[in-house]
Amino acid sequence: MDLNTLTANELIKKLDKKEITSRDILTSLEKRIKEVDSKVKAYVRVNDSNLLNSELITHNSELSLKGIPVSIKDNICTREYNTECCSKILEGFKPPYDATVIQKLKEAGAIILAAKTNMDEFAFGSSTENSCYGPTHNPWDLDTVTGGSSGGSAAAVASDEAIMALGSDTGGSIRQPASFCGVVGLKPTYGRVSRYGLIAFASSLDQIGPITKDVRDSAILMNVISGYDAYDSTSINIDVPDYTKSLESDIKGIRIAFPNEYFIEGLDKEVKAIVQEAINKLKSLGANYKSVSLPHTQYAIPVYYIVATAEASSNLARFDGVQYGFRAGGAKANLIDMYKKTRGEGFGQEAKRRIILGTFVLSHGYYDAYYLRALKVRTLIKQDFDKVFAELDCIVTPTSPTAAFKIGEKIKDPLKMYLSDIYTISANLAGIPAISIPCGFTKKGLPVGLQILAKPFNEEMLFKVAYAYEQNTPWHKMKPKIAV
Amino acid sequence: MAITKDTVKYVAHLARIDLKPKELEKLSQQLQEILGFIDKLKRVDIKEIAPTSHILPINNVLRDDKPGESLSSDKALENVPQRQGKFFSVPKVIE
Repeated sequence: MDLNTLTANELIKKLDKKEITSRDILTSLEKRIKEVDSKVKAYVRVNDSNLLNSELITHNSELSLKGIPVSIKDNICTREYNTECCSKILEGFKPPYDATVIQKLKEAGAIILAAKTNMDEFAFGSSTENSCYGPTHNPWDLDTVTGGSSGGSAAAVASDEAIMALGSDTGGSIRQPASFCGVVGLKPTYGRVSRYGLIAFASSLDQIGPITKDVRDSAILMNVISGYDAYDSTSINIDVPDYTKSLESDIKGIRIAFPNEYFIEGLDKEVKAIVQEAINKLKSLGANYKSVSLPHTQYAIPVYYIVATAEASSNLARFDGVQYGFRAGGAKANLIDMYKKTRGEGFGQEAKRRIILGTFVLSHGYYDAYYLRALKVRTLIKQDFDKVFAELDCIVTPTSPTAAFKIGEKIKDPLKMYLSDIYTISANLAGIPAISIPCGFTKKGLPVGLQILAKPFNEEMLFKVAYAYEQNTPWHKMKPKIAV
Repeated sequence: MAITKDTVKYVAHLARIDLKPKELEKLSQQLQEILGFIDKLKRVDIKEIAPTSHILPINNVLRDDKPGESLSSDKALENVPQRQGKFFSVPKVIE
């Protein structure tokens, strides 16, 4: 059996029995990456990275992730390896420090893989087509997108080029690619995982989270990365439970709900039928089902594209050609010209679009009409969820209204692309945790994801329901066939 | 509302981004469309609703004012595109 196809949990057992070493796992990953990554393109700068040189940690059987390689999205700072957010403007950037999640992974004995995973530039996108390295290809159909922005991480896990991976999620960037690639992706509660060392997109929405082959691995990875961090003033000092203890198959009496407003025009018929089937499955496992209302759902996308771009325009001001990365402009340029040329040449189209939109909604004369209004509607969206969770345990929805679309299909129409995040964005605005798990396939053989949402700091509920569903369905065991 | 090319040009200047004429043309049109979509927020009754800028019920997070370890200036300047000794080097600011 090829080790790269196994879950972290299975590999840990083999490592414990001394049947294999972490070097064996790395070797099998390297072989697989050489075999398929020229087609999938899950990793960036892979030729510059000697994978077998990925920092090996001394084997210590006490550690929870001893010797397990973890693949990291290109916007999470790794001291040994470049971190460029797949943007020309961060060309050559090697962080002088590790993100807190990387430090936690190392302390748990994980190996940080030398190659980083592809993403939309600065996480701006839903298809990984906005990367300066070009798109990642969906392992289930190489002509379709992986989703985004954590498309590289999702595709690497789906194609067995990774054991487990980290992504980041600002409006669905973990869950939507996990859904498109048929893997498990979790966005933790805002404040559950430290953002220190995550290159910021929208600071009030960003969270780092796991992308894994099954629910158990997701819980294992969450156990390691969660928790308070003095370096992130928005991380919360609440005890981290052992998430693997939530992995029990009994969900009798759990109260689940489907929001009426999620039956939208753009919801694909096949996706709708598959998700309904999944809800029936949960009912047959003993869950009590109810339909509920989230009346402000239709405002989530407009609120998001004001709040997220406003925060991004401020966060990305630091890329000015002075401190790091790329600088343009000749010797005779004055300072302002140098800034403008550097940013004009260094940022891709979507980054420019979002920075300019964000600057606009914050600018004098428009602040009240756009930004402040959006923050108020955000309050209403959050209150919708508070009301539902006062009576019920979790909400179940499709992760995305469609399965993966073709590469190039939506890239020229930003608004159409934005609408593909309709089901994921609200969780970031409300700060609640959400997981996407595979729940079936379309007739064309593309994966469909089921999203489960719970109240803040109740990731245990997500794990419980997701695990029960997974253990009673075959989807997580399906593997794409990539011609080699 | 209508967003003119002049507005986009001005905002791009505020954001310190050079736009080529073609980019300006395309962006103005796309932003117009996006703002048209965003305008649906005007329908929401927001009277007496407090804004949410942050989802967590925390504020004024302070740490103890104790000296700790920090990066050396050499380490911190490792990624600088142009430097002189211990300084960032930028185009002349004052004539």
